[in-house]
Amino acid sequence: MRVLKWTALPVVLIAIWWFATAGSEEFYVPPLQTIIESAPDVWTLDRLRADVLPSLLRLLAGFTLALIIGIALGVLIGGRPRVRATVEPVLEFLRAIPPPVLVPVIMLFAGIGDGMKVLVIVSGCVWPILLNAVEGVRAVDGVLTETARSYGLTGPARLWRLTLPAAGPQIVAGARQALSVAIILMVISEMFAASSGIGFTIVEFQRSFAIPEMWTGIIVLGLLGVLLSGLFRLAETAILGWYHGLRRAQKG
Amino acid sequence: MLNVEGLRKTYTGDGRAVEAIRDLTFTVPDGDLTCLVGPSGCGKTTLLKCIAGLLTPSGGTVTLDGTPVTGPPPGMAVVFQEYGRSLFPWMRVAANVELPLRQKRLPRERRRELVHESLAAVGLADAHAAYPWQLSGGMQQRVAIARAIAYEPRVLLMDEPFAAVDAQTRADLEDLIRGLWQRLGVTVLFVTHDIDEAVYLGRRVLILSSSPTVILEDLPIDLPAERDQLHTRATPRFTELRTHVYQQIQAAKNTVHADR
Repeated sequence: MRVLKWTALPVVLIAIWWFATAGSEEFYVPPLQTIIESAPDVWTLDRLRADVLPSLLRLLAGFTLALIIGIALGVLIGGRPRVRATVEPVLEFLRAIPPPVLVPVIMLFAGIGDGMKVLVIVSGCVWPILLNAVEGVRAVDGVLTETARSYGLTGPARLWRLTLPAAGPQIVAGARQALSVAIILMVISEMFAASSGIGFTIVEFQRSFAIPEMWTGIIVLGLLGVLLSGLFRLAETAILGWYHGLRRAQKG
Repeated sequence: MLNVEGLRKTYTGDGRAVEAIRDLTFTVPDGDLTCLVGPSGCGKTTLLKCIAGLLTPSGGTVTLDGTPVTGPPPGMAVVFQEYGRSLFPWMRVAANVELPLRQKRLPRERRRELVHESLAAVGLADAHAAYPWQLSGGMQQRVAIARAIAYEPRVLLMDEPFAAVDAQTRADLEDLIRGLWQRLGVTVLFVTHDIDEAVYLGRRVLILSSSPTVILEDLPIDLPAERDQLHTRATPRFTELRTHVYQQIQAAKNTVHADR
């Protein structure tokens, strides 16, 4: 039943795509059948190793770095009302800058290697995580804080057992936004001056008018997104099991 | 021994000063069960937080066994009214009780022992693996009490701990506290706005005035040590005492209104 619920809509959409494009003469919209048939030739094991893997590694590096920076700064800022009041407008400003416009700038000082791409991903991902962490840390319940204080919970123990778990739901919400930003930036960063990666591959196909192959790249990207969000959901269930239970209990 | 000497607390902010506590002096001898009772909004919670080292008083001192209280002292445990917000929802019951013991750096064996004993003492021996939010309100407050007694404090501070539970649970918890107090010999300072509760529980009742708070009367409760909900509350002496406390508090409210 559950499997059916998850797969019903995708199956319908694929079917619509299939029949709508069947026998299509349009050069840019080839039949889905053609696209699927070309996929095994394009996405060989070598290709996966040469293009998908580097993309994923850069994504992972950027996302992880953004998590570490975002949470660390978030804890520092969120716990200090004065600091927060000072930096919050600046953070909102920085967050409002669309990260892709930074790509040429980042290229100037970070070159065109993996470092640049990771930096681009970090520069976009860090904001939702940081702002949510600030908010989550700020909103730690007062009674809980006093309880912790009265039982001598200080320093690292306070951080690990009070602040981070209490801000956890907010941080995870930020991380979820950040993940989708990360995927977008992964692709964009590979469209500038790259020699490998999914984004690079798609652009290459586009420029050589290999349209069905280009479409397969886009589908691979989509599948990657589904896979990553699935993994994220697993991690979330592990980390925030208590929170979902609490919410259910409060709803009665 | 807990000593409160000339305690004052004035909140300042927005160019306005609110005097919450004017001048409080009292001692709670070792092993005593003292109830603080006063009208709502009389600064009871402020007082308790000053004693617990969670708030810095504007004047006066709090000393625990001769040591001035400047921050939360190690020998003190606090049970708050808001049980739902004082237990860590991301930890199971046993971990909640154990957390302060980890801070005390007790060896694992001893911690396990204390967790078992204290949860059994509050009647929750089989709730170790539950999350707090899976329990009823009364049970959650029991967990908070278990956490406090596992900490082996010399002084147990309770801030209207039963104000948010239903009447029957409340009676059970009152008896639980008396039982624990008698068994463990811990000093208990119990803050409440409920006059009956104060008289039923306390060996002594301190009656507070409305804010700015002073002590109106230090009343020993000469009811027998063995008390139970049914009979103690029906004795003429109980009625006399509660009437007396009630009159004092009513009088306090009126005086304050008069000089404003």
